[in-house]
Amino acid sequence: MTRRLVLLLCAALAALAIAAALAWPREQFVPSASPEAWAGTSAATSANIARGAYLARAGDCMACHTARGGAPYAGGRIMETPFGTLHTPNITPDRTTGIGKWNADDFWNALHNGKSRDGRLLYPAFPYTNYTKVSRADADALFAYLRSLPPRQVQNRSHALRFPYDSQLALAGWRLLYFKPGVFEQDAKRDAQWNRGAYLVEGLGHCSACHSARNRLGASDDGLQGGLIPTVGWYAPSLTSDSEAGLGKWQEDHIVQLLRTGVAPGASVTGPMAEVVAQSLQHLNEGDLRSMALYLKSLPGGPVQTRAPAPRPPEQVLEEGSALYRQHCAACHGARGEGLGPYPALAGNRALSLDEPVNAIRVVLNGGFAPATAGNPRPYGMPPFSHVLDDAQVATLVTYLRVSWGNAAGPVSSAQVNRYRAVPLD
Amino acid sequence: MPPPWRAGSASLDRKTDLTTSRPRLSSLRASAAHTLAATALALLSLSAAAQAQAPHKIPDTIEQRIAACIACHAPKDTAGRGAGGVYFPRIAGKPAGYLVNQLLNFREGRRQYPLMTWMVNHLSDPYLHEIADYFASQHPPVPPPPPARDAAAVLARGEQLVRRGDPALKVPACVACHGARLGGVAPGIPGLLNLPRDYVNAQLGAWRNGVRRAHAPDCMATIAERLSPADVAAISAWLAGQPTPPDNRPLERSGRPLPIACGSAP
Repeated sequence: MTRRLVLLLCAALAALAIAAALAWPREQFVPSASPEAWAGTSAATSANIARGAYLARAGDCMACHTARGGAPYAGGRIMETPFGTLHTPNITPDRTTGIGKWNADDFWNALHNGKSRDGRLLYPAFPYTNYTKVSRADADALFAYLRSLPPRQVQNRSHALRFPYDSQLALAGWRLLYFKPGVFEQDAKRDAQWNRGAYLVEGLGHCSACHSARNRLGASDDGLQGGLIPTVGWYAPSLTSDSEAGLGKWQEDHIVQLLRTGVAPGASVTGPMAEVVAQSLQHLNEGDLRSMALYLKSLPGGPVQTRAPAPRPPEQVLEEGSALYRQHCAACHGARGEGLGPYPALAGNRALSLDEPVNAIRVVLNGGFAPATAGNPRPYGMPPFSHVLDDAQVATLVTYLRVSWGNAAGPVSSAQVNRYRAVPLD
Repeated sequence: MPPPWRAGSASLDRKTDLTTSRPRLSSLRASAAHTLAATALALLSLSAAAQAQAPHKIPDTIEQRIAACIACHAPKDTAGRGAGGVYFPRIAGKPAGYLVNQLLNFREGRRQYPLMTWMVNHLSDPYLHEIADYFASQHPPVPPPPPARDAAAVLARGEQLVRRGDPALKVPACVACHGARLGGVAPGIPGLLNLPRDYVNAQLGAWRNGVRRAHAPDCMATIAERLSPADVAAISAWLAGQPTPPDNRPLERSGRPLPIACGSAP
């Protein structure tokens, strides 16, 4: 009897193991388009290097692989995650500390399969769940570019993740659940421009890394339906819902303008998106930005959320909020929140009316500048109010803004404000 | 209605009122400054009201573009005592080379003040130069210093370090680099007067701890290391009590070598 039970158990375990093995992410090896270009240490053509430089901008590789004030691509940026701290690696061609010993296949394996040269599985903070869509030819061009950089001897720091997230076994399990390698496949029913936009947004652009919700294990659903960016404390709005940043009703020109200059009528980028515009998007060509805008506009809007109207805050809160607004905000944003000149309207402002109020709170606390870009080289700034207004005042002001001039979003508490005072700005 | 960066008007009045107990000369000066500031404020409020009534008339000036900076670092008329009062340094009239070095230091992580890094994080070198030039060209009237409350011995030690240094500690006099009247030396050496005392303490502390860095050789880091906390307090106490002469502009470099090698003032 017991023996039969043990046998049954063994059989079940074996079946499970076979199922896991079958479901295991397959490494897709796609040979280099021009293997002879990679023979020995010989570098690629200058045209290929230039293309790689452009693609590196599209992928915003430098933003993560560069420490503040450090050499470009020499790594060392600290990335806080809910699972511990990651230190980005040096990807300059230094032979001892960088990727100087890598060949094009090694690089492809990292980008496409999420595997390092030594066989280690990579953490998906390196967004290979997106980069896996990059074509082999583009991966080779990227590698050619990185190989052309001046080598920098900067030692990598090891990650500091908590158990069990620090184990390769846990990572293998995560990949089993959430990662499937595969290059981007064209949708034959759509035109070339749409496909180009999809390729950039879903692949190198890795927009879903921020604009999709992540589950408890840090996996994102790639739906671009918006999400709170863990530890950074910003909400990346939905790119599909029209009530958030949804682009369906936006003019294509305005989307392109926002991506290229950081400002557009009624909108400006801040927080992590300011970095994306400054370091990545402003460097892309008009055609690619148009393709991305076209693709984003084509995304289905999703079900319209019918939510109960937010309760109207007490009259006293509104009066205090209105007084604060007149004292601190109206000179730039207009007496009725209509916006003046370069300062955006607050009436109907989608960033203010998101269910998640964190962005509005942080903008009031910290102010800030839109990024300086070629199209907007001398941006106007907003003063910080963190040292002028206390938590209760910020809560009162933001609550007032969220129900005024046609805005209809829920109230904000001083505890919420206090929480975002302490979030690191960097 | 005043725009946000003029919210400091109340604190300006309070500070100027403090001076009424001082001797006659500074009281006169204070009331002159008060009248000036009040007039300027009235004019500014007028223009702000005009702005609010006539939409889309936001001026395209560098001042308007960097209202975010002026909010803490004081509008021209309050002479360095801005909305935040006790901590934010005066930057008006400091040499442009010094100011742009600091903006870059914040952006590149050689100085640590998260809000400043946040502000300049995605601004370009040319824009930072323009901002530095703007503040360098501002010479607002300076309020008299707050009354000194420190022991005479502390102030004497402070004055000794500032004027003569301490050869035993190998600390050169502050005036040897920052100008005989402590108004700074263009392009890279800042003036030391009319700064909040807490700010001066914090900077010397940050150099001692390696949190604030400048281009190598980092002369101020070397000097801060040689100073005891008591010496730092004495220096900041004495500096805080010094009136700023109205014509105290940065000097031009004389060509004489500095007593210590400085990467940011080569």
